[in-house]
Amino acid sequence: MSDIAANATGAAPRKDRVETPFQRFVSEFAESRIAVLGLIVFSLIAFIAIFAPWLSPQNPYDLAQLDIMDGRMEPGTVGGAGFTFWLGTDDQGRDMLSGIMYGLRISLTVGAGSALIACIFGASLGLLAAYAGGRTDSVIMRVVDLQLSFPSILVALMILAFLGKGIMNVVIALVIVEWAYYARTVRGTALVERRREYIEAAQCLALPMRRILFRHLLPNCLPPLIVVATMQVARAIALEATLSFLGLGVPITEPSLGLLIANGYEYMLSGKYWISFYPGIALLITIVSINLVGDQLRDVLNPRLKK
Amino acid sequence: MTVYLVRRLLQALLVVFAMSVIVFVGVYAIGDPVEILISPDADQIERERAVQSLGLDLPLWQQYLVFLANALRGDLGRSFVFNEPALKLILQRMPATLELAFGAMFISIVVGLPLGLYAGLRPDSAVSKTIMAGSILGFSLPTFWVGLMLIMVFAVQLGWLPSTGRGETATLLGVQWSFLTLDGLRHMAMPAINLALFKISLVIRLTRAGVRETMLMDYVKFARAKGLSPARVTFVHVFKNILIPVVTVVGLELGSTIAFSVVTETVFAWPGMGKLIIDSINVLDRPVIVAYLMIIVLMFITINLIVDLTYSLLDPRVRLESKAR
Repeated sequence: MSDIAANATGAAPRKDRVETPFQRFVSEFAESRIAVLGLIVFSLIAFIAIFAPWLSPQNPYDLAQLDIMDGRMEPGTVGGAGFTFWLGTDDQGRDMLSGIMYGLRISLTVGAGSALIACIFGASLGLLAAYAGGRTDSVIMRVVDLQLSFPSILVALMILAFLGKGIMNVVIALVIVEWAYYARTVRGTALVERRREYIEAAQCLALPMRRILFRHLLPNCLPPLIVVATMQVARAIALEATLSFLGLGVPITEPSLGLLIANGYEYMLSGKYWISFYPGIALLITIVSINLVGDQLRDVLNPRLKK
Repeated sequence: MTVYLVRRLLQALLVVFAMSVIVFVGVYAIGDPVEILISPDADQIERERAVQSLGLDLPLWQQYLVFLANALRGDLGRSFVFNEPALKLILQRMPATLELAFGAMFISIVVGLPLGLYAGLRPDSAVSKTIMAGSILGFSLPTFWVGLMLIMVFAVQLGWLPSTGRGETATLLGVQWSFLTLDGLRHMAMPAINLALFKISLVIRLTRAGVRETMLMDYVKFARAKGLSPARVTFVHVFKNILIPVVTVVGLELGSTIAFSVVTETVFAWPGMGKLIIDSINVLDRPVIVAYLMIIVLMFITINLIVDLTYSLLDPRVRLESKAR
C-alpha cells in the first residue's frame, strides 16, 4: 500500500512539457530508422505467430485438410483444394506458408520462453552474487566462467544427449545455456549500484534482503539486462533451430522453423529448394530484426555513449 | 611462473574431475544406466551378466569410481552400433574434424583480415559499409541454413562442387587427410567456407576496430610524419600491431570451431567427430556419447589452459595479479 502511495506522489509531478524518461527513450530509439524498421518487422512476425490459426490458409497439422496429391508442389501452383500454394508444399502436401506461420509460433515461444526463464534465474543469481559478495560471489561466478568457456552448442548438445528430445527439454537446455550471460551482466551492474547511497539507506531501514535485491537493486540494473535479453532471444531462436535441424530439438509433431528446414534437406539435392529455403528466410528475418532492435537498444541504454 | 603453472594445472584437473562427475551423473543417474550401457538386443542372462561386470549393482559412488578407473585406462565403453571401443571410433574421426576446423580458421584469416583492414582504413566508404553490413549478416545467418543454400547453388544448380563426403584422401603420418588431394580439397571447400562464415565476420570486426584504434596512435602519426609511404605505414606499423589480438582471438576460437563443426559436418555428411556424435545420439549409442563428451571436455580444458599460459607469458600482469590474491 505504502509503495503505491509513494509511487503516486513520485510519478505525479506537474504535467507540463517536460519529457518523461520513457518519452526520451522512445525518441532516442527512433533516431535509427533501421532499428524502427526492425521493430516493425518483428512486431509483424510476432503478430503472424500469435494469430497463425486465423491467418494461415490451411491448418498444416489437420490431416483432413491435407492431400498427398499436393505433395512437393512448386511455389505458385494451385492445389486440389482450390487455393494457391504461394510458397509451394512439402512432401506431405502441406502448404509451406501455413507451415512457416505455425513454425514461427513454436520457434518464438521456445526462444522467448527460455530467454525469460533464463533471465529470471540468471538475474537473481547475478544480483545475489553482487550483493552477498565473498564466497557466494566466487562460487556463482566460477560456475559462470566455467560454463562460458564452453560454446553454447556444446552445452546444449550435452544436456539434450542426457535428456532426449522434446520441447520442454529444449527449453531446459536453452535456459542452462543462457542463464550465465544474464548472471554476468547483472552482477557487473549490480556491483557498481550496491555501493550507492540508496542501498545503504535501504540497509539502514533493515529491509529484508529479498526486498533490497528485487525492489531496489534490480530496477537499477535493468537497462543492460534488457539489452542482453533482446540479443539472447535471437540467440535462443537460432540455437533452437540448429538443435532441431540436428534432430535433437523439438519433436516431429511440433515442427519449428529448424525442423521444417531439416525436412527439406533430402529434397534439396533433387532441386526442390523451397521446402528448406522459405523457412530459412523466415528464420533469418526474425533473427536480423531482433538483432537490429537490440543493437539500437544497446546504444540508447548505454550511459557511456550518452552525449 | 612455476607456482602459477602448478596452480593453473591443478585448476584444470579439478575442472576435468568436475566434468567427469557431471557426465557420469548425466548418464548414470538421470537415465537408466542398464538401458544406456547395455545393448537393447541383449537377453535377460546377458543383461544380468553385464550389470554384474559393469558394477551397476554397487552404490552410486562406487560406480563412479569404477567409471573413473576405466576412463583413466582409456576404456570408455564399446559402441553398440560399430562394436568397437568408443574411444577408438572417435579418435579415428578426429583428423577429419581437425582438418575442417583448421581449414575454416585459415579461410577466416585470409578473407577477414584484408576486408577488416580496408574497412578500418576507409571507414566511410561505401565498400566498407557493405563489408560491415555483410559481417552483421554473417553473425545472424543460421550456419546450417547457409550450408544448405551453398549445396543448392554450388552442387545442385551449378554442379561445381560435390556436396557430401571427404573425397579422395592421401596418407600423411599414418593418417588420412583430404587436403592433400585435389578431389579432397574440392570436397572440403564448401564445408570449410560454411564453418568459416561466422569467424570471418569476427575477424573483420576485430581487425577494423584494431586498425581504427591504432591509426590514432602517436607512433603511426610519427611514421607518417617521417614521410614513409602509406603502404609501409599500413603493412608494417599498423598491421603488426593489430595482428597480435586478432591471432589470439582466432586461436581461442579453435575450440568453438571444433564444436560448431557438429552442424557443418551434419549438413555436408563430413565423416568427422561431429557427425559421429549426432548419429550416435539419434540411434542412442550412448558409450560413444559419453566418450565424445569426455574427449571434447578434455580438449577444451587443454585449449583454455594453453591460452591462459600464453597470456601469462605475454602479459606479466596476469600472473602477478594471481600471485597477489
